[in-house]
Amino acid sequence: MSPLAHVAARIEIRLSVNGEERTVSVYPMERLLDVLRNQLGLTGAKEGCGEGECGSCAVLMDGLLVNSCLIPIGQAGGASITTIEGLAHDERLHPLQESFLACNGAQCGICTPGMILAAVHLLDKHPRPTLEEIREGLSGNLCRCTGYLQIYAAVNEAANRSGA
Amino acid sequence: MRSDPQEYQLAMPGTLEGVVSLLASQPNIWMPLAGGTDLMVLYAAGKLSARKLVSIWNLPELRGFEVLPDEIRIGAGCTYSELRHNEIVAREFPLLARAAAWTGGIANQNRGTLGGNIVNASPAADSLPALLVYDAKLVLVSVRGEREVPYVQFHLDYKRHTLAPDELIRAIRLPRKYAEYFSFARKVGARQAQAISKVCIAALGKIVHGVIEDVSIALGSVAPVPLRLGATERVLVGRKAEPALAGLARQTVAPQIRPISDIRSTTQYRSAVAANLVEEFVETLCTRAGRP
Amino acid sequence: MAQTHIIGAPVPRKEGRDKVTGRARYVDDIAMPGMLHGATVRSQIPRGKIRRITFGGGVHWDEFAVVTAKDIPGRNHIALILDDQPCLADGVVNHPEEPILLLAHPERHQLWKAVEAVSIEYDPLPAVLTMEESERQTEIIWGSDNTLKSFLVEKGSLDGIWEKAAHIIEGEYFTGAQEQLYIENNGMIGSYDSDAGVTVWGSLQCPYYVHKALMAIFALPEEKVRVVQMETGGAFGGKEEYPSMIGAHAALLAMKAGRPVKMVYDRAEDMAATTKRHPSRTRHRTAVDANGKILGGEIEICMDGGAYATLSSVVLSRGTIHAGGPYYWPHVVIRSKAVATNAPPHGAFRGFGAPQALFAMERHMDRIAQVVGLSPVEVRKRNFLQPGMSTSTAQVIRENIDLGRLLDRALELSQYREKKSRFALANRSGKVKKGLGIAAFLHGAGFTGSGERYLSSVVGVEATAEGSVRVLVSSVEFGQGTNTVLCQVAAETLCLPYDSVLIAQPDTSAVPNSGPTVASRTAMIVGNLVRSAALGLKQTLVQSGLLRENYSPQEFHEACRKHVATRGPVRSYSRYEAPPGVFWDDQKYRGEAYAAFAWAVYVAEVSVDLATYSVSVDDFVALQEIGKVLHPRLAEGQIAGGVAQAIGFALYEKVVWQNGRMANNQMTNYIMPTSADLPPIRIFFEELGNAHGAYGAKGIGELPMDGPAPAIVNGVADALGAPFNSIPLLPEDIQAALSGLERPQEGIAAD
Repeated sequence: MSPLAHVAARIEIRLSVNGEERTVSVYPMERLLDVLRNQLGLTGAKEGCGEGECGSCAVLMDGLLVNSCLIPIGQAGGASITTIEGLAHDERLHPLQESFLACNGAQCGICTPGMILAAVHLLDKHPRPTLEEIREGLSGNLCRCTGYLQIYAAVNEAANRSGA
Repeated sequence: MRSDPQEYQLAMPGTLEGVVSLLASQPNIWMPLAGGTDLMVLYAAGKLSARKLVSIWNLPELRGFEVLPDEIRIGAGCTYSELRHNEIVAREFPLLARAAAWTGGIANQNRGTLGGNIVNASPAADSLPALLVYDAKLVLVSVRGEREVPYVQFHLDYKRHTLAPDELIRAIRLPRKYAEYFSFARKVGARQAQAISKVCIAALGKIVHGVIEDVSIALGSVAPVPLRLGATERVLVGRKAEPALAGLARQTVAPQIRPISDIRSTTQYRSAVAANLVEEFVETLCTRAGRP
Repeated sequence: MAQTHIIGAPVPRKEGRDKVTGRARYVDDIAMPGMLHGATVRSQIPRGKIRRITFGGGVHWDEFAVVTAKDIPGRNHIALILDDQPCLADGVVNHPEEPILLLAHPERHQLWKAVEAVSIEYDPLPAVLTMEESERQTEIIWGSDNTLKSFLVEKGSLDGIWEKAAHIIEGEYFTGAQEQLYIENNGMIGSYDSDAGVTVWGSLQCPYYVHKALMAIFALPEEKVRVVQMETGGAFGGKEEYPSMIGAHAALLAMKAGRPVKMVYDRAEDMAATTKRHPSRTRHRTAVDANGKILGGEIEICMDGGAYATLSSVVLSRGTIHAGGPYYWPHVVIRSKAVATNAPPHGAFRGFGAPQALFAMERHMDRIAQVVGLSPVEVRKRNFLQPGMSTSTAQVIRENIDLGRLLDRALELSQYREKKSRFALANRSGKVKKGLGIAAFLHGAGFTGSGERYLSSVVGVEATAEGSVRVLVSSVEFGQGTNTVLCQVAAETLCLPYDSVLIAQPDTSAVPNSGPTVASRTAMIVGNLVRSAALGLKQTLVQSGLLRENYSPQEFHEACRKHVATRGPVRSYSRYEAPPGVFWDDQKYRGEAYAAFAWAVYVAEVSVDLATYSVSVDDFVALQEIGKVLHPRLAEGQIAGGVAQAIGFALYEKVVWQNGRMANNQMTNYIMPTSADLPPIRIFFEELGNAHGAYGAKGIGELPMDGPAPAIVNGVADALGAPFNSIPLLPEDIQAALSGLERPQEGIAAD
């Protein structure tokens, strides 16, 4: 028998995803990213690198931005997760989704879900961010298409719209 | 993803007692997993040797932050985000707050823990030189109880440290005596954010009546472990603070460091930059801190 | 030109809503019933014979489908140009990561263990790992002399110019490999049916390239192969030829397994195994008169093609044609060659040979300036091409481009003169040195010479049953704005609202071959075909009596509905026709190389920190003439993204090679710029129009890749008073250079 036997048992994990209570039957070391994509059908979070460098898997977990490729589902029990699919309400887009559209903040779109969630997290902490704060807040989300310029414009526009 | 989740166990006792009992019951079998920013990368690459992991994420006993008159106690489970945004850390231990801000992007700062950083023992870790200059003490815990180790004695060699196989870091104690010190930190990575250090420096200095009363300098990525530059400190303490000291300090650096050439950088570069950073610190200390 | 309402307006991105809501479907978001997952077993050595393959213990091999070269029904090669690259290695490997066999299994997580359990024994052969080794020809690894392709361009005659010259200036310039680093890795799903044939879905730029490749692999006719493009997360040329390989692999596994198979690479595999930008070495030897005017010269280019020819001939071609930059060469000899090495084949990457050649040219101009004692501004002004002059391939510049004025404007926008004097003063002391660098350049859009005629692209525009208009092209969207721009063109041409124009998903069973999505040709050339096809649709409707000449949008939609309902589908096709009077000689490499050149001047402001030797780009001005700005946001987005990628090329992105393999194949160790590393990029456009491009457009996708690297390195040289001729220019290189110099050279002369 191979020394690498299948030792894990499935467990039930309950968590809230985009406001809905979900229960998943999982191996505890499955990545949150894979559970979201494959079990819950929420394919908005993407795998760009698998090492927590690109941010395209980013989601909000209990209000904090995290890289879902680095989180074992076993540690997500009881958590409240927001993915890109949870931002719009009945076809009404989140202000950041509107501003990304208006400013061409999404080109190929693969970094966009993680980038928008990072921007949500940023505006939550800094409702009227300076350019420096925007650059720092998004520094964990790599974009190869835009050079970030139009993403900053999108974040600024959303901040101005929501703010005073 | 190059690992098969079915081959891994993740135990989640939920209490410190549960964790240390498990560690003691099967020494060297269970690997503690905190925020995952190091171990999950190895796991996804198919390079994690451990098959049994025990979660120490969110253990109440490892979180938390105690402020006492003479010291602060940082729970080992404190994340970089929590460190950055803590008022006392930002005010009295700015080197640590800055190092936390330099570690990864926001998402990884929300999960990476100080304890994890210490145990992972990368010589390039950003917060470790800060802990060295702040004279940190580690509180270690196991089924046998608690013991303390001065942080400067923790790292023995590359990725080897004094933690017993069934021990965890419980807390990091920092003495509250650096508020009046001049502090200096720089991280040199391949880019401005989300970069592994090629060289980093954390340094403190205190000048009283134009004389260097106290100075501590630590470097990362120039040796198998984070390094205090004791010889440089000894040369500087007690001397009149003048910019010319910078050149003297620079000359003491080379014999103390052993930087390597690796996939990220070269021995020559690391040596040159280490010397430059020490010189820059001493120069800035003597010109700026010397003023009343 | 007539006022346009939709062209030139910032209309919403056609597929934008799907992208910001997470609804856009990329290949890895798709699961099909019964689908398996595939993986590739690859060579661990750079060159050798395969002696034995062993399937090791610990794996239930009966659960796997296995494919080797023997399973290939048709020809074992990836059809492209020379057809020398095997789909699967058959007895011999020529580069690390070369695919040898394929595995499929229902569970994705079982694959990696299986890949590791296959052990391959080799009889190694001597490997050639550098261009220089290849040139020495002591070991022949390709053809008879390791030369994948060569070109010779001659204009005028070099007889006597060396004697006439006041100065003879030589220089040698190097550029390294660069990884495209699209954030979405390569991926394809393949399926096979003995009746219907092969279908693949995936991340790709050129559906018909994949189609052609699959026909050859499976020995199937056109109608039995179908290629469908999914939403593609970045490409930059890295998905121009490679998808044929991964598509063939997925389809072969599907054929063997009898079920659809998805293959998606992880980052480590994608970086190590797929194509990169060709490394290059360019040597200049230039005769210059006392006034700094170029009398003539020799340019010698060598590019590293990796183990197989793939696209090296075309990359080399473009590099060769751009080698002289935007300058007038009365006499020039350009010799270029691409040589083989035992590394994974290099391939298409935005710019496609021009960034390499233009880096050399623009560094060399600053060198000429220094030797002659002129400023970088003046030496360029004295040598710029002007209307009526000819390029190194004897193409006469017919448009009213005034490069001197463009340069002046760029200098004004970047406050060059004021900053130059301020920096000269400030640099006398302090640990941070500042500098400014200029790059002037051009980029020819579309396929070279007779390429577009050879492609013979076809575009369709159809009326839908609901009354909309739909564009039918094989040109794909990968972020650059294909969907949006082509719909803008159709809408503008037909005087319809932008929202009423649709574009079909590129599916070879449903759209004609409008050519590959490369060479900055889509807006310009395909756009023009959309225009004529749209006019054809209108004409059909008018001629059928369903539509009057001065129609309203409502009437147009009604006419479409009616026609489809009562007379059947209505589609109008338009085929590319080369403009008259355009002449190109493929043998001598002379004539009109490109239908249009875009022109640009970029200025970079840099700081070099002498404590860390790091360069930061503090300000960047990108000024370009691009014919017509079809969509202001999209155009800005292309320039900003290209500049960022080129900053990476210049300062950060180094491929570390170990025995022919990329050793730093992780995002942690292959450094691309983050938001914290990029300067404000200030973008300005000028429009001279273009008779050969839709609504006057020229291609812009690749232009911004050509200028930033030389501008930045010129800036660093200015800041430090020392030359740097190789990119990526890392802090380690600067430290080594400065420690090697006794005293830095004199700075570049002020203007």
